Amino acid sequence: MSHNTLLVFELTILVLAIFLGFEVISKVPTLLHTPLMSGTNAIHGIVIVGAMIVLAQPDKSTFTWIVGFAAVILASANVVGGFVVTDRMLEMFKKREPAKDDEGS
Amino acid sequence: MSTNLANLLYLITIVSFVLALRFLSNPAHARRGNQIGAAGMVLAVVVTWIKIGTTSWWAIAIGMLIGGGFGAVAARKVKMTAMPQMVALFNGVGGGAAALIALAEIHRILPEPGAPKVDISVAIVLSALIGSISFSGSMIAFAKLQELIGGRPITYPGQQIVNALVFVVAVGAGVVLVAGVQDEWLLWILIAAALLFGVLFVLPIGGADMPVVISLLNAFTGLAVAAGGFELENNVMIVAGMLVGASGTFLTMMMSRAMNRSIANVLFGAFGQVQAGAGTAAGANGSVRPTTADDVAVMLAYAHKVVVVPGYGMAVAQAQHDVRALADLLESKGVEVTYAIHPVAGRMPGHMNVLLAEANVPYPALKEMDEANAEFPRTDVSLVIGANDVVNPDAHNNPSSPIYGMPILDVDKSKAVVVLKRSMNPGFAGIDNPLFVEPNTMMLFGDAKESVAKLTSAVKQL
Repeated sequence: MSHNTLLVFELTILVLAIFLGFEVISKVPTLLHTPLMSGTNAIHGIVIVGAMIVLAQPDKSTFTWIVGFAAVILASANVVGGFVVTDRMLEMFKKREPAKDDEGS
Repeated sequence: MSTNLANLLYLITIVSFVLALRFLSNPAHARRGNQIGAAGMVLAVVVTWIKIGTTSWWAIAIGMLIGGGFGAVAARKVKMTAMPQMVALFNGVGGGAAALIALAEIHRILPEPGAPKVDISVAIVLSALIGSISFSGSMIAFAKLQELIGGRPITYPGQQIVNALVFVVAVGAGVVLVAGVQDEWLLWILIAAALLFGVLFVLPIGGADMPVVISLLNAFTGLAVAAGGFELENNVMIVAGMLVGASGTFLTMMMSRAMNRSIANVLFGAFGQVQAGAGTAAGANGSVRPTTADDVAVMLAYAHKVVVVPGYGMAVAQAQHDVRALADLLESKGVEVTYAIHPVAGRMPGHMNVLLAEANVPYPALKEMDEANAEFPRTDVSLVIGANDVVNPDAHNNPSSPIYGMPILDVDKSKAVVVLKRSMNPGFAGIDNPLFVEPNTMMLFGDAKESVAKLTSAVKQL
């Protein structure tokens, strides 16, 4: 694929992603807005993929080495922390759905 | 692995992210959604790992262990009440990673003469710019919420001009770079200016506006990641980043609408500046009526309907469990207890919902603003626990107030209001609240957790 064809393709999916983002979020109740923010926070941890690509370049300079390594550290903190925090929050929401009698505290 | 196969597998990751967000529409499925999203992320990492081969694999592994280990420990240890600053921190590091990728890319591309295509350099400039702002802005937000620096707005004369100049330098360096001047230093200047701008732009924003800022910075990181996807020609980064960028923007708009202010007003309005002079005079006028836990206990126990209005003070004192215990006790005495949740109460959108969920408060008892406001006229006692600006009647009555026009919870319409508060200091936003001196308002001073515990034991003794 030529560079320009690829660019047009990428722009297409970019615009579709904008609409998808709006569409999906509008269905989330205010009750869950904090986990929503935390969950999307985890999703942009996908930057880890970019950080890995940078660090895996062959014949890289020391500079790229350091920068890529730092990027991998930051991105993995984003991914792991984001998902774990979200999971902890949602765990609390899940705890008592309809059936709440058995807890009886 | 071929690029096509990798992209197909990335598509599964994208679908898992969309599902993760889709499942958030219902509390019962939300957690599974998050797990699906996490599985998608693992898939993307594995696919990338296979695709890039074995170069520096151990460096990647070590980096992941360090970062992931820190993330896991921090996320596990953090108290529910400290969630907003955790989210800010994780958001910031994501933005920082995007900026670093831009730096590495420009370093790789530039030596080749006449190399970078315009769209690639635009992407590099954007992800460096937005990622850096998001990084330093999030760190300042983190420091403010963690109370490492004061939560009050920090303002000085000519602030907007300084901010604008710094921003112009950052954007200017980017424009020159895109225009074809091939110098890595331009990106360094851009990043330095953008980092400084992030700091300067969050510093003047008061704590009460933090939910909007964090949500906006979240959107920024998403956009920076999407731009990073264009740099590296990586679909999954483009789609996932933009998904977050769009959803974060939408959430930010929804919240500023709930405050009846434009996003620009939140960001550049320097909340807290206006009333600095007027504030002290108004505070001295009315008389505050302090009360005791025993008196309030009697009022609560003989009420028909009590509405709890939680705010950031409840989060700070970690009083949510005690509030639940008090509510249970009152309900056992036949009192109807509900909770009125303002959309921007606390430091994150939906912050109060999370805390009350932690304390196992049933969802039907949580009332959103419109519903709650309809109930206040037939409420006997409104129990305001650590909330301030979201119950400030100045929003209706005082056109000179900085929060004039913001929809609030009309607690002043109920028969009696009891405000649990540490002291008469104005709220995080630094605005005076005439509610405290109204005739049907009583103040119960003290730490929210202790006060609620005292109320509970006093009600028990009745």
